[in-house]
Amino acid sequence: MARSNKPIVWGPFAAGGTLTAFLSPALILLTLLAALGHAPDLFAYDRLHALAGHWLARLALAGVVFLSLWSAAHRLRITCYDLGVRADTLVASVVYVVALAGTGGAVLYLARI
Amino acid sequence: MGERTVEFEVLRYNPEKDAAPHFQRYSVKCREEWVVLDALNHIKESVDPTLSYRWSCHMAVCGSCGMMVNGEPKLACKSFLRDYPGLIRVEPLRHFPVERDLVTVIDDFVAKLARVKPFLIPQPGAAQAGTGEYAQTPAQLKRYKQFTLCINCMLCYAACPEYGLIPEYIGPAVIALGHRWNEDSRDGGRAQRQEELAATNGVWDCSFVGACSEVCPEHVDPAAAIQQVKIKSTIDWYTEHLMPWLNK
Repeated sequence: MARSNKPIVWGPFAAGGTLTAFLSPALILLTLLAALGHAPDLFAYDRLHALAGHWLARLALAGVVFLSLWSAAHRLRITCYDLGVRADTLVASVVYVVALAGTGGAVLYLARI
Repeated sequence: MGERTVEFEVLRYNPEKDAAPHFQRYSVKCREEWVVLDALNHIKESVDPTLSYRWSCHMAVCGSCGMMVNGEPKLACKSFLRDYPGLIRVEPLRHFPVERDLVTVIDDFVAKLARVKPFLIPQPGAAQAGTGEYAQTPAQLKRYKQFTLCINCMLCYAACPEYGLIPEYIGPAVIALGHRWNEDSRDGGRAQRQEELAATNGVWDCSFVGACSEVCPEHVDPAAAIQQVKIKSTIDWYTEHLMPWLNK
C-alpha cells in the first residue's frame, strides 16, 4: 500500500487548529475590547494599523488567516463525510476554494494598508 | 450481599437454524456484586446451556469478553450489574460479523494487526556490545508504555464510526500497537510499518472522533497514538517532498 498524500491538506489543518485554539479566543476578546473603546493604549487602532503596515506583521496576519480558514474548511469537509455526504471531492473543492478565496481577500486588504 | 432479579435481553443467532438474529429474554436472580459476565455464566450453567460467548480471564486482562452492553462497547467482566438499574441488553460487538450469539468473527482485525508487524524489528547497533542487551532509560520506556497496555479487545473498533463506514480502515488498536513499536528505542522497523500506517486506509481514515479512547478499558488512548502518527507522517511527507536534501 502506498503512503498517502493526505499530509498536504492535513498539515495546514493541524497547524490552523492549534493556532485557532490558542489565538482566536484572545483575538476575539481584544477585538471586542477595541471595538467598545476599552482597549489599552498598546492596542489602540492607530498602533495596530501601524503594526499591520510592517511586512513581517502582514505575513504573520496572512498566515493566521490562511491557517484558520483552512482548518475550518478541512473540519467542515470531514464533518460532511461523517454526516453521510459522500461526494468528498466536490465538498473538498468547494471548502478549500472558499478558504483560499478568503485568504486572497485578506492578502488584498493587507496589501492596501 | 443482596440479590435482585435482573432482566436480560441477549442477542441470539444460530446460523444453522436461524434466518436472522433475534433477542431472547432471560429473567435471572443475580447477586448485587456480579458483573455482566457472571450473569451470562449463570445463564449458561443453569438456564440455557446453548448460549455462546467468549471469555477467559474474568479480570480485564485477556480481552475476550468484549460485547455491547446497553448499546455501548464494554468488557462483560468489567460491567457491574449495580451500574445498570433496568433491563440489560447484551449484543455482540458492533461492526463485526456475528458467528453465533455473542461470538463475532474477528479475522479482519487479526489480519490488520499482522500487517503493522507488532513485534520488535531490532535496530542495528542498538544492542550493547558484548552483552547483547538493549538498555533503555525510564524516559524512553515512558514514550511507548501506555500503548503496550492494549489487550486486543476490539472495543475501539466497535466504537469507531469510521471503521463502521470504511471497513478497509486499519483501525485504532492496530495503529496504537504499530506506534508502540515505532516509539520503542530498540526498534528499527518504522519505515516498514509506515507503509501501512501512513497509507490512506491507515491513520488518514480517522477523523478524530475520539470514541476509541473513551471506550478503551485499559486507558491506552488510541486516539493519541493516531494523532502522533499523523503528525509524524506529515513531517515525513514534507521532508520527503519539500526538503529532498534531508533524505539520505
